[in-house]
Amino acid sequence: MADNVIKVGMADLKHTLHPGTLVTLGLGSCVGVALYDKKTKIIGLAHIMLPWSHQAKNRSNKAKFADAGIKLLLENMIQSGADRKSIVAKLAGGAQMFSYSAISDIIRVGERNVEAAKQVLADLNIPVIAEDTGGTHGRTIEFYSEDGRLMIKTIGYGVSYI
Amino acid sequence: MDASFLNSFHLDILKEIGNIGAGNAATALAKILDRKVDMEVPQVKIMGFSEVSEVLGGAETPVAGILLGIRGDISGYILFVLEETAAKILVNILMGKRPDEEVVYNEITLSALKELGNILTGSYLSALSTLTGLSIKPDVPDIAIDMAGAILSVPAIEFGKSTDTVLYIETEFIEGENRVIGDFFLVPDTSSYMKLINSLGAVC
Repeated sequence: MADNVIKVGMADLKHTLHPGTLVTLGLGSCVGVALYDKKTKIIGLAHIMLPWSHQAKNRSNKAKFADAGIKLLLENMIQSGADRKSIVAKLAGGAQMFSYSAISDIIRVGERNVEAAKQVLADLNIPVIAEDTGGTHGRTIEFYSEDGRLMIKTIGYGVSYI
Repeated sequence: MDASFLNSFHLDILKEIGNIGAGNAATALAKILDRKVDMEVPQVKIMGFSEVSEVLGGAETPVAGILLGIRGDISGYILFVLEETAAKILVNILMGKRPDEEVVYNEITLSALKELGNILTGSYLSALSTLTGLSIKPDVPDIAIDMAGAILSVPAIEFGKSTDTVLYIETEFIEGENRVIGDFFLVPDTSSYMKLINSLGAVC
C-alpha cells in the first residue's frame, strides 16, 4: 500500500491530498462513493449506509446518508482546494447480502443506496465514470489519489480496478 | 434494536434472555454434535458503527451469517454470525469429520450450517418469547458467507435508521479444544420496536 493510507469507517467520510490513499473495508449493502479531482488529485471517499436523510429519525451523522454525505464530502474537498468542475465519481458496493424475500424492503437497501447516490451526483453535475455495484458479495476498496484508480477486492470474485 | 430506548433493566433482561437462549443453544448443539458443549456467560454489547466492523476479527474476516425472518407478535429478523473458521469446525463435527478438514461449500454443507443457525437462533428466540410472553416464530433460514463488514452492514443499516449504534449478544461455545464465538443481532422492524421494548419492560 502507498504512503498515507487513511481508513474510512462505516457511516464515515474522509478526503486527502495527493499522494494519499483512502480505504474502506468490507462494504456490503453500503455504498462507497469515491470522488476524484483530476486537476489537484484531491480524493474523497464516503461510506454511505442509507439513501435519504429526510427519511431518518436521527440525522446527526451526515456521512450516513447519500444526500447529506456526498454534499459534505464535496464541500470538504473544495475547502481543501479541489476544483469543483474537474471532479468525477466512482461507485462501489450496494450488494444484496441475503436473498430472504420476506424482508425484501430491507435487503433492497443496497440497490436503493446506489440509486440515491447516482441521483445526488447527477443533481450536483458530477459524472459517474465507473462503478462496480450490486451483486451478492462484499467489497473492500482502495482509492488512489495518484491516478484516481479504485481497487476492488472481494472474497471469491477476485481483485479488479475501475 | 435501538439502544437509546433501553435502560439498564432492559439490558439486564436482554442479558438474561441471552443467557437462557445460549444455555438452550448449547444443549441443542451438544445434542446434534453428540458431544459435550459448554458456554461462557453471554454479553450484551452496544457498539458504534466505527467499531462494528472490528467485531469478529475485523471487517475483512470471512464470516458466515445465518439470517431468519421472524413473525408472530413482532416481525423483523434475527442474524447469527460466526467466523468462517468456526463455522467450518462445526460443519466438520456435524458431518463426523476431523475439525480441521477442508470444507467445500455445497448444498449439504450449506444446509448443515443453516440448520445450525436455525437451532441456535431458535433457542434464543424461544427464550425471548418465554420471557416476554410474545409469540415469536422464526422463518426459513438464509445464509451468506463473506467479509464481516459486508454481512454486518445488513443489521447496521437497519439500526442506522434510528441510531448510531448496534446492539447484539455475544456468546462463546466451548467444545473440547474448540471455541466458537457467535453473535446474535435481533433486528425488529420499526413497528415492532416499542412492542418489544414494552414487553421487556413488563418483565421487570
